[in-house]
Amino acid sequence: MNVDQWLRELLFLPEAATEFADGIDQLHFFVISVTMLGSAAVFMAALWFVIRYRRRAEPGTTPAVKASKPLEFSLIALLLSLFILWWVIGFFQYIGYATPPRGAEEVYVTGKQWMWKFSYPDGRASVGVLVVPVDRDVRLILTSRDVIHSFYAPAFRLKQDALPGRYTTAWFRAREQGVFDVYCAEYCGVSHSRMWASVVVLKGADYERWLEGDEPQLVADATTRAAVEGYEFQRVGQQASSMAEEGRKAASENGCFACHTIDGQPHIGPTWQNLYGRTVSLNDGTKVVADEEYLTRSMMEPLQQVVDGFQPVMPTYLGTLSQPQAAAIVEFIKSLKDVPPKPKVALPQASVTTREPQLLDEGAAPAIEYAATRPATAERDGEPARAERKAATGTQTASEHPTDAGKEGER
Amino acid sequence: MKAEPGDSYLDEKSIKSWLLTRDHKRIGILFFVATGLALVLGGVFALILRLELLTPRATLVGQTAYNRLFTLHGVTMVWLFLIPSIPAAFGNFLLPIMIGARDVAFPRLNLASFYIYLLGAIVTLAGMFVGGTDTGWTFYVPYSSETHTSVFPVLLGVFILGWSTIITGVNFITTVHTMRTKGMKLFDMPLFVWTIYGTSIIQVLATPVLAITLSLAGIDAVFNWGIFDPARGGDPVLYQHLFWFYSHPAVYIMILPAMGVISEVVCTFSHKNPLSYKAIAISTFGIAFVGFLTWGHHMFTAGMSAFDAGAFGVLSMLVAIFSAIKVFTWVGTMYRGSISLETPMLYVLAFLFLFVFGGMTGVAVATMSLDVHWHDTYFVVAHFHFIMVGGSLTAYLAALHYWFPKVTGKMYREKWAFPAALLVFGGFVITFVPQFLLGNMGMPRRYANYPEHMQTLHTISTAGSWALLGGLGMTLINILWAVRYGRQASPNPWWSASYEWYTANPPPKHNWVGSPSFERGCYDYTQSAPDPRGSVSVAAPPNLSQEVVSG
Repeated sequence: MNVDQWLRELLFLPEAATEFADGIDQLHFFVISVTMLGSAAVFMAALWFVIRYRRRAEPGTTPAVKASKPLEFSLIALLLSLFILWWVIGFFQYIGYATPPRGAEEVYVTGKQWMWKFSYPDGRASVGVLVVPVDRDVRLILTSRDVIHSFYAPAFRLKQDALPGRYTTAWFRAREQGVFDVYCAEYCGVSHSRMWASVVVLKGADYERWLEGDEPQLVADATTRAAVEGYEFQRVGQQASSMAEEGRKAASENGCFACHTIDGQPHIGPTWQNLYGRTVSLNDGTKVVADEEYLTRSMMEPLQQVVDGFQPVMPTYLGTLSQPQAAAIVEFIKSLKDVPPKPKVALPQASVTTREPQLLDEGAAPAIEYAATRPATAERDGEPARAERKAATGTQTASEHPTDAGKEGER
Repeated sequence: MKAEPGDSYLDEKSIKSWLLTRDHKRIGILFFVATGLALVLGGVFALILRLELLTPRATLVGQTAYNRLFTLHGVTMVWLFLIPSIPAAFGNFLLPIMIGARDVAFPRLNLASFYIYLLGAIVTLAGMFVGGTDTGWTFYVPYSSETHTSVFPVLLGVFILGWSTIITGVNFITTVHTMRTKGMKLFDMPLFVWTIYGTSIIQVLATPVLAITLSLAGIDAVFNWGIFDPARGGDPVLYQHLFWFYSHPAVYIMILPAMGVISEVVCTFSHKNPLSYKAIAISTFGIAFVGFLTWGHHMFTAGMSAFDAGAFGVLSMLVAIFSAIKVFTWVGTMYRGSISLETPMLYVLAFLFLFVFGGMTGVAVATMSLDVHWHDTYFVVAHFHFIMVGGSLTAYLAALHYWFPKVTGKMYREKWAFPAALLVFGGFVITFVPQFLLGNMGMPRRYANYPEHMQTLHTISTAGSWALLGGLGMTLINILWAVRYGRQASPNPWWSASYEWYTANPPPKHNWVGSPSFERGCYDYTQSAPDPRGSVSVAAPPNLSQEVVSG
């Protein structure tokens, strides 16, 4: 048995299912062993003095001992440098925790009293069980429907609060298959202690089967656990369309396209194309990254952060757009990357002129203008998220980069 | 009967003389009794919680009752016991005596502070019992504005308690600045006075922020303004910032006075000067100041930026540096002393063990990436119980035993007190060490139900809580017995050079007959003292420039 494993058992730590967790545990062992030895040393010194200098007779006088300055300073310096060392390691680990890698699989996580709901970009959703592939980065986009919850997966050493009206993100990369516990760690009311879920990590083939609608053994195990422990659970259900598709529908129903184009043309409001993930300049001179949180906030409080060069005229959609709708619209905006999808809705009559695409590099092209319809892009439009996933899991080897394939088609 | 200047402050017996007293010593005792009742109440809630956690499923009490009970436990212990206990009870009794004053600067305000505390306590407890508040002691929004239980009366009660805290703080600050006996400079003051002074500054500066926060939360709960409601542009995380801006310094309101007690007891029982008086006095202010800048470490998983988290992390570690200075100085104080291991000193040893152990786990949770795993788990529960119970409660018990003869003029039975202290220490360790391990396993806080593989550690923890109860019960019996039947204490039973022992046990009504001036330092053990035990004529330590009238 290696030392890490032994220490883990000694400290009752659960198995570490991610590489991130390994790093956390190693710092944990370092910090805890040094602090415990240090505490023991201090206490032993005190105990030794109590024995060595015990009062034998009635107290007489004692010498006025002065602190040895070099000794005190060196002890403090030693402590300080240890603390700083831990802090530096912890800081870098924390940056890793707070920075999801690019190109991760994405799952929307919604906490509500008292269940965890997981929505996949392909439109499917489940409660109480999150299914992810092994050895792939998974990014969770968390929010809450009511009060504050906290998504806690001990085996991943991962915890992230889910806040109402805000998006927070967390990520992990599981390195082995299995079923891992999830708890709600932020007190949220009566059944807080039953707001559990499982993360089911599946190997490639099993994961493919799950995508096809099967229920592999591990998923069935997680179901059983939910039934035995008695927390909320719902099998994954197929929605008619993907989240992006739902978002497009919601955007159309709510009249978003009256002001926003999806083809790169600036209109009354900024275009949605290539908007996600870009740094945009605001009219107050600051810059902000257009992430889930910014996009949602712009729907709910549009006048707070207006993009430079646009009039502050957008009405609020607070109370008009439901939270799933807002999330779906964000997902739709996210799907508008690089390759302009063919809109299925009637665009407002913004005059569209065709120009050659200038820059297609990711995140670098704010001002590309496209024709609204293009035959070459129509193929890809159906299920972008799904296509990407297939490419990534290696089953669709013909087109490693669906985006590039699309570009080729255009030209 | 005509009152003599040397009459004990306890001579007047009528109930009215107690309830309308302006004597800081009696007010201190009133606070001691009231906060003591809060301790008993909070302890009972804790025992029920521990009993419930014997089994993985909610059995003894249901989930709803469990949530109410941990709210009761937290609110009672934090707001009604820990914050007022040492400053308002022992601080009130001792601070004026230690600086040679006849009373505090504002005796009437002092009494008002007690009644405001009483009112606040009643409103808080009644609110919780009647309304079944289930938010936890932190009242996090939006839960606290959405729960169907009543939150407003409890917020109001805590708001009122804050007034009591502020008034006491203002009173102590003024007393320290204006009432020191002639010739006593700031750096001649006993260390306990320094810590009470530092605590008072935190109380006066931080408590108004709590009042603002609670008012906003109350307005949100009652009038539905939506200040913290994200659906209307509010921000729930703002509440956490405001709340911890007070409640983190509040941790130092709880622990600084405890550190003052330890500084006194360790010097007296080692019969020795502190290794560095200035290090202890000044580090108090280091903790008080830096303590205001660390609140964000409660929110590492709330989605704060890595930069913010890093800043809060490193500042939190700075608190540990100042605490370490104190710990080194205490241990160094024992070096070449003449150490008598009696009950108060045993509590000091327990304090050292628990505080150092608990403080170091504080450094561990201040390490941002580690806190991600530990936040809101039993690791944090164990950590702050090590500081609050292992630190503050242990120091409170040390203070109780150390100053018992001063307050009552009587002596408790060492044969009961010593094993009781051992039992308290052992019970504490058995209760809370398993909770660190539970936190490692991933056991979240505030859970009535938990996964079955965590049951063993919970069972050990519950067993420990009963040992802890045994120790505290023995202490209570011993103290009550000694108040009634204890033998007369000698004037200076611990051979202490501290100023409070210059006056009689129990002290006269106005602490001193005449105005004392102290020529000898309060930690000066280089001069030999005549045996004070048993003999009234040498009641006070030497070099006292006034005639002491006692008995």
